[in-house]
Amino acid sequence: MDALIPLFVAIPLISAFLIMILGKVIPGFHSFLAPLTLLALLVMAVFVFSGLGNDSLHYTLGGWGVEGGTPIGIYMVLDGFSILMLCIINLIGFIALFYSLSYIRKYTAEANYYALFCLIVAGMNGVVLSGDLFNLFVFLEVSVISSYALVAFGVGKTELEASFKYQVLGVLASMLILLAIGLIYWKTKTLNMAEARSLLDTGPPDPFLLFVQVLLISGFGLKAAIIPFHAWLPDAHSSAPSPISAMLSGVLIKAVGIYVLIRLFFNVFATGHDVAVLITVLGTISMVVGSLVAIIQWDLKRLLAYSSISQIGYVVMAFGMGLILLEKGDNIQAATLAMAGGVYHLMNHAVFKGLLFLNAGALEHRLDTRDLKQMGGIAPVMPVTSSTSFMASMSISGIPPFNGFFSKLIIVIAAVNGGFYLLAVLAVVISMVTLAYFLKFQRYAFFNKGLSQVREKIREAPFPMSFSMIILAALCLAMSMIAFPSVREAILQPAIDALMQADFSSTTFTGI
Amino acid sequence: MEGMSNIVKQVAKILTGIIFIYGIYIIVHGHLTPGGGFAGGVILAGAFILLILAYGSSALSLKKEVAGSSNTESIAILLVVILALMALLLGVKVFFSNFLPKGTAGELVSAGVIPLYNIFIGIEVAGAILTIFLALVIFKEESSQ
Amino acid sequence: MSTYILCFVLFLVGLYGVITRRNLIKIAISLSIMEFSVFLILVLIGYVDDGKAPIVNLQATDAVYVDPLPQAMVLTAIVIGLATTAMLMAISIRLYRKYKTFDIREIKNLRG
Repeated sequence: MDALIPLFVAIPLISAFLIMILGKVIPGFHSFLAPLTLLALLVMAVFVFSGLGNDSLHYTLGGWGVEGGTPIGIYMVLDGFSILMLCIINLIGFIALFYSLSYIRKYTAEANYYALFCLIVAGMNGVVLSGDLFNLFVFLEVSVISSYALVAFGVGKTELEASFKYQVLGVLASMLILLAIGLIYWKTKTLNMAEARSLLDTGPPDPFLLFVQVLLISGFGLKAAIIPFHAWLPDAHSSAPSPISAMLSGVLIKAVGIYVLIRLFFNVFATGHDVAVLITVLGTISMVVGSLVAIIQWDLKRLLAYSSISQIGYVVMAFGMGLILLEKGDNIQAATLAMAGGVYHLMNHAVFKGLLFLNAGALEHRLDTRDLKQMGGIAPVMPVTSSTSFMASMSISGIPPFNGFFSKLIIVIAAVNGGFYLLAVLAVVISMVTLAYFLKFQRYAFFNKGLSQVREKIREAPFPMSFSMIILAALCLAMSMIAFPSVREAILQPAIDALMQADFSSTTFTGI
Repeated sequence: MEGMSNIVKQVAKILTGIIFIYGIYIIVHGHLTPGGGFAGGVILAGAFILLILAYGSSALSLKKEVAGSSNTESIAILLVVILALMALLLGVKVFFSNFLPKGTAGELVSAGVIPLYNIFIGIEVAGAILTIFLALVIFKEESSQ
Repeated sequence: MSTYILCFVLFLVGLYGVITRRNLIKIAISLSIMEFSVFLILVLIGYVDDGKAPIVNLQATDAVYVDPLPQAMVLTAIVIGLATTAMLMAISIRLYRKYKTFDIREIKNLRG
């Protein structure tokens, strides 16, 4: 089964360039090959997940293994945390692609869109699977450069300005990340993550490693849009086409931001107390400020983008709490619970934020506006959009029995068990604020009866869009099953074990 | 845009051939001397761009040119990935491995599959840079009308 | 050590350009300057005293070479920087067509 690992990157690359060549010759070829590719990737991801259990696979490119005691090949590693991210990336990718089969009709140059979409998925799969620092940087750049092009896809004034802002901050982030990778190489003379772990493990944190860790927090914080690095996110996520907003907000800021941050700080560095407190504080500030600014927004997608900042703050805060508790070493059970809450909220946020952006796209497709003040009374004429959006809003605000309730509950319980009472209170208060602005969204978009007389001409969204939204809404309900202990052991526990063991999983294979 | 003066056109005619051969030399000797696919590809693209700048874009049919360079780039990348996947069937049966026979070190025909990768990557980089240049020229032409 | 300080000064020059310049093209060029300073630091990290360029000479079997790994990293990163600069330039040209200016103080459609 480890022969499937490089195929996760090779298959979308091949299909992206096949679409570029044959898309000009055969009309409609792109809308046949792209969903087929992503469906194949999704099936492969679920197959590997079901057969994986608790162990981890690795793959060396080119057969270059360990020579003379040091690993000299490029390693691709698949362990418990990577396979969860792979499933989420390919699932949201497939659903967003299926949604865009009818959404992209109003743009020209459709073949370019599908090729760039496949490249984003290829890049993200590569980031999640890499066991090597520079390989991670290259795949990160592949996916981020494709996303620059996709944000500016409909070349209007606001899209181009948003894409330029996104690009300047994105290039700055990449340069900080490359500088940090170079400094890690200087210190340890290796790029392999497993070997770097065994060489960085020693002694008290010296100032050079603190500098590298701060550079990494800044660089990946810019990619993940935590406060104070969030300036590009509201513009980019509101100006992009809606399936791309769902991909960006649902998967990209997690796969190239949060995932790499967590992987590096749990598995490569021996994180000290100060850095863990810094991460927790940044997460908490994101959670609070993101929600408070989202209340005053009247542009629908801007409201959803600020809400993304807030929910990502929850995840970063949960992992920060896990780091602090692991560092202290006396409350391992609370640390495990905090990390479980973080991973569970990561998966949930991908599903319900993707669904919310797809709903916003359906509204924009039929009404040609994103302004909440001009909508109203849609609920009778667009039943699928209205009901799925209601389920997603209840989910993100933490109302039982949807999945958001369980993940936020686990985070709050972990905070109380670990002694972080202020963080628990803030989490509950911000959850109520989230409910407030999502009720605002629901009222102004769907239930305001005032403008209902002009709504007779509006029909429901076309079939591909409705189908995608229904599948994501069903997942919102189904994923609340993960809170039950037996299912939680099967799905979340391998991820937490992979993060909590002292070295990166491939040390068992490289023999270091 | 119009071309340049007559002297520039005559000198460009001679120089383009030399630059083209130099680019191919850098690509093919990538496993022996510094350079390889990336650097040689950029030099190859430079030869074409010099010709376009000297003769002016009104001497070309720009849509056919950009379609040609874009297709060349995509086909070259597909060949690279197919070559990497073919390594799954021969030799060590690992993705990306070096499965052709490696000769003696220092010869031109040696080091297995590495010269093939260099050639395809060189063609791909040349196609990519030429596509970028032609896309910008087309955009300027369309918006100045 | 002084070479590392100079490369860091180049990084700060690029950062100053990104923050204070108002022309879109100057912002893109300042980003390129920042990228190149990071590449210089990477190549300098691999320096070994009295080392030769890392091209294997089969006759001299005990020569000391500088570290070739950062040089391979920088080659790949230069190509990535090229793609990024090309994207920035393409977006700048399209912005010029829409707004008729390169000045970022005029391009302020998105606020809040």
